[in-house]
Amino acid sequence: MGMTMVEKIIAAHTEFDQVKAGQIVNAKVDMVLGNDVTTPVAIKEFNKIGVDKVYDKDRVAIVPDHFTPNKDIKSAEHAKMIRKFAKKYEITNYFEIGQMGIEHCLLPEKGLALPGEIIVGADSHTCTYGALGALATGVGSTDIAAAMASGYLWFRVPETIKFVYKGELKPWVSGKDLILHTIGDIGVDGALYKAMEFTGEVIEQLSMDGRMTMSNMAIEAGGKCGLIASDDKTEAYLKDRASREYTAYYSDEDANYERVIEYDVSKIEPQIAFPHLPENTRSVSESSHVKIDQSVIGSCTNGRIEDLRIAAEVFKGNKVHSDVRCIIFPGTQEIYKQAVQEGLVEIFIDAGVAFSTPTCGPCLGGHMGILAKGEKAIATTNRNFVGRMGHPESEVYLSNPAVAAASAIKGYIAHPEEVL
Amino acid sequence: MKLKGKVFKYGDNVDTDVIIPARYLNSSDPKELAKYCMKDIDENFATEVEDGDIIIGGRNFGSGSSREHAPISIKAAGVSCVIAESFARIFYRNSINIGLPILISKEAVENIDAASKIEVDLDSGQIKDLDNDKTYQAEPFPEFMQEIIKAGGLIEKVKKEVNKNA
Repeated sequence: MGMTMVEKIIAAHTEFDQVKAGQIVNAKVDMVLGNDVTTPVAIKEFNKIGVDKVYDKDRVAIVPDHFTPNKDIKSAEHAKMIRKFAKKYEITNYFEIGQMGIEHCLLPEKGLALPGEIIVGADSHTCTYGALGALATGVGSTDIAAAMASGYLWFRVPETIKFVYKGELKPWVSGKDLILHTIGDIGVDGALYKAMEFTGEVIEQLSMDGRMTMSNMAIEAGGKCGLIASDDKTEAYLKDRASREYTAYYSDEDANYERVIEYDVSKIEPQIAFPHLPENTRSVSESSHVKIDQSVIGSCTNGRIEDLRIAAEVFKGNKVHSDVRCIIFPGTQEIYKQAVQEGLVEIFIDAGVAFSTPTCGPCLGGHMGILAKGEKAIATTNRNFVGRMGHPESEVYLSNPAVAAASAIKGYIAHPEEVL
Repeated sequence: MKLKGKVFKYGDNVDTDVIIPARYLNSSDPKELAKYCMKDIDENFATEVEDGDIIIGGRNFGSGSSREHAPISIKAAGVSCVIAESFARIFYRNSINIGLPILISKEAVENIDAASKIEVDLDSGQIKDLDNDKTYQAEPFPEFMQEIIKAGGLIEKVKKEVNKNA
């Protein structure tokens, strides 16, 4: 019996030649990631282990991105704590404000997430790097403390569900719509504990940015990871970025999949996930002109350059509706710079958009765009749970960047074609 | 070990954002986090919960964020155990790693009412409804996870391993 991609990656990080779904193994990790919310808890646990160094200072990444630039004194104390830790243990990949970005946009950009690697991060959207053919998965703070000390972590080898996307994408339909449609189909626990493998001609045609958006939301279906086999596009993306040698792994023809699910994407419209679960999806034309107070474009899901270009295409020559606040936040400083150079920021500012430094703030209701009681937002972020962006009685609708931009202009959830 | 307490019952997909909303994540102090535990799903939880009480959820309990603050706040609030039909993957790991007992039992979830008094035998996995004497059996943990639990959590286990290799 052949092995799936995820089984091969895990086997390559253990003493076993073969592993199979269900087996629990101790595996070597290639990269350990923490942020300003989860690293403070990890530091407390790390100190209990009693080691005097991290297992490899080049393989730990610490990114202060959630409550930064710091929103209050408590957050500043957390940021200070992780800054001191990074200095003490000579962490190579600590990224200070001014060089940082949203962790899941930043690590791929810096070539720190590579095909065939095992990457663990104390952030649930670590699964983003599955788009590069890595087994990347979110874990907790205690897990990363253990991994920082030992370089190893326990894993249950997951079963794999294979998703095959066929057909031709309609205009304005993106990776975000494919993953929202998928979550709408299988549900928020439809891939619980499983690896999701995204395949098919449509995935091959998707840009790296679009692939990362899809892998990013594997966790919203309960998935352990969302893998896409690396190809020429992956190689081209990594050519001047990869920080280490790597080996790509591919599922065998006779690999054992738990299920295979096929989609004809020709039938898929831009998707909206209604409150309060990412599985509550319907097409934008069925979204009955829901009036919005805020539009948020960015985050680890849709804060990459392609997303900003799409938003700019919609905003060009248009204005944000007078009843709406629109906030755009790029994923990294590099993306920020590119947006300036390409003239996208000028388009946003002329349209009346607030253009922000990279931060996770608005996505999780941290800062920089909190909703009041009863307010509604459309957002390109990844979750629309109760209270996600502010007051427990506010509502978040998830969409792609084109729909979020069009909605900001119209004042209600709108198809980009209504604007252009 | 036997745990006894009153049941707080919630539905499916209780996510980490309602267990401990992000606006309180600028603290990592368990006692501080406990004050806001379950706040966005049950405003009164933190004031009503007593030491030993038990949370029962439905499917996919703990979905969403990796924030360990979620099981930490539940544990620090005095909750002795969480029973659900299924747990989200990271919440499951985090609970095992920090030593918050969690049990999977569809039957218990379906049959035990809110505010019931129950007793949980962690060794046998038996869940007893003390109000009507009915008993439900939870799924046993894989051996590997039992080892982590016996070691007193992941850190204790890693500590032994790291020192053995040193």
